[in-house]
Amino acid sequence: MSLSVSLHHRFPSIQMDIAFEVPSPGVTVLFGPSGSGKSTVINAAAGLLRPDAGRIAVDGKVLADTAAGVWLPPEKRRVGLVFQDSRLFPHMSVATNLRFGLRRVAPGAIVFDEIVDLLGIGALLDRRPAALSGGEKQRVAIGRALLAQPHLLLMDEPLASLDAARKAEILPFLVRLKTALRLPVLYVTHSLDEAARLADSIVLIEAGQVLAFGSVSEVAARADLPLAQRDDAGAVLVCNVEANDAGRALSRLTGGGVTFWVPLVDLPVGASCRIRIPAREVILAGQPPEAISLHNIVPGTVRQIVKDPARRSVVVQVGLPDGGLLSRITPDAVVRLGLSDGSPVLALIKSTSIEVLRP
Amino acid sequence: MTMLSPEEWEAVWLTLKVAARAVGFGLPVAVLAAWTLARFRFPGRAVLNALVHLPMVLPPVVTGWLLLIVFGVRGPIGSLLQDWFGIRLVFTTAGASLACAVMTFPIMVRSVRLSLDSIDTGLEQAARTLGAGWIDRLVNITLPLASPGILVGGIVGYATCLGEFGAVITFAANIPGQTQTLPLAIYAALQVPGGEAKAAELSMVSLTLALIGLLLSEWIGKRLNAALGR
Repeated sequence: MSLSVSLHHRFPSIQMDIAFEVPSPGVTVLFGPSGSGKSTVINAAAGLLRPDAGRIAVDGKVLADTAAGVWLPPEKRRVGLVFQDSRLFPHMSVATNLRFGLRRVAPGAIVFDEIVDLLGIGALLDRRPAALSGGEKQRVAIGRALLAQPHLLLMDEPLASLDAARKAEILPFLVRLKTALRLPVLYVTHSLDEAARLADSIVLIEAGQVLAFGSVSEVAARADLPLAQRDDAGAVLVCNVEANDAGRALSRLTGGGVTFWVPLVDLPVGASCRIRIPAREVILAGQPPEAISLHNIVPGTVRQIVKDPARRSVVVQVGLPDGGLLSRITPDAVVRLGLSDGSPVLALIKSTSIEVLRP
Repeated sequence: MTMLSPEEWEAVWLTLKVAARAVGFGLPVAVLAAWTLARFRFPGRAVLNALVHLPMVLPPVVTGWLLLIVFGVRGPIGSLLQDWFGIRLVFTTAGASLACAVMTFPIMVRSVRLSLDSIDTGLEQAARTLGAGWIDRLVNITLPLASPGILVGGIVGYATCLGEFGAVITFAANIPGQTQTLPLAIYAALQVPGGEAKAAELSMVSLTLALIGLLLSEWIGKRLNAALGR
């Protein structure tokens, strides 16, 4: 099953040509600077904006196809939309807000009590939206959208209006939803952290065009994309916990076809998690160093070397058996190590530099 | 203040009835007009907007005269009403209500419109994505959120109806017991030598009613806005 989007729309200031196809169910993050057209994709998918031309289909169900004259109005689409500004109905209680969509569709798989539980909003049901905090409002808005039994969930920067503490409060709920409900989700953000935690697939959008799309580990490990030119650039790998060695206070993870040692995690063996390895923390070497404190010496192959003139450095993409890493080093180091596309190389990563993203 | 005479009571009661009917029929139409003007862009919208507001800027006597032309027994609509339903509006209580409704229409539309404009259209969009069709949205989202403006419009409209003079006297004439509302009765009293006392009494009634209307609209507006979480 898949979610496929193609749309062409001319705004006075920008021409949009967007096309991508991603697996469903799964979270697809639309990533890009503001004004690049991410929200246009969301609005077109919801039916609130009619593009000049385009086709949108979820799991074989066609929501819009301008060539065939198909255009389902928003109220017939069964597409849930969570806005940045929650948009709860101020004259209704939280419970009535939650039931608004639920009452207007045939009963489905998503149950009221389950969602209330999952989002931790049981204590808020009798309140009015005006009496909720920003984070609570957003949780209610997510619940309201889900209870309308959507075939596709759209989230337009749902955390952008919240401060860091509120974001940290909601992200775990989103990760939980992701595993509890097998839904296709389009998620707009310009936070790399949210993308790394939530995305199964990423669509990179800039100035109305798709730069790249693919699985999160694939896109995050490409040195030739603007993502790699950021200070916080880094690879994202989906890992399994293989062993917890309490004696040495280390955990062994496998991901990308290799093994990583990280400081002991409190996840059971067999659990899945994500790790982020910042490019600036990855050292490249030609030979294994001896008597060194670091635990991770990962063999790989140089896939491409991309200059980053703004930082007087280069970003090296290191291919692993199943995925890749990024390493930011100086041009001088490239010359000294004699690196070029295809060179075998060792990536040295401190175990403490690996960020384990809790599920 | 001395007690009002039976005829004076009749004028007060008639005024309240005429105003109630004017608002009862006028307000729903005003809501519809305000909603149309606030939510849709269509050719002729500017003309509709001007027409709606015309009675506010026209001399009331002109409005009354235009009503006579249109709703008079030989007017285009008046003759139809007469032939089909046997309804005559000119020089009747119903006619006084019509004149009041037309005169206060702009006030009611403006009040509703202000309220509609202050509603975040994003809420209607949200309702749409949750499966609500347009009637559903109008009934469950738009109208409840506009209710302060609708109620305040109704009350202010009602209070204004109580004082409507020019259009009523032109279209419905000054017939005691039928079309002689408070302001008309005051005017009639002033035409008669020695009627000043009567005019003063009726003016006091008029003043009291107007004040009650204004205070009520203020209070209700506040309460409703609080209930809507604003």
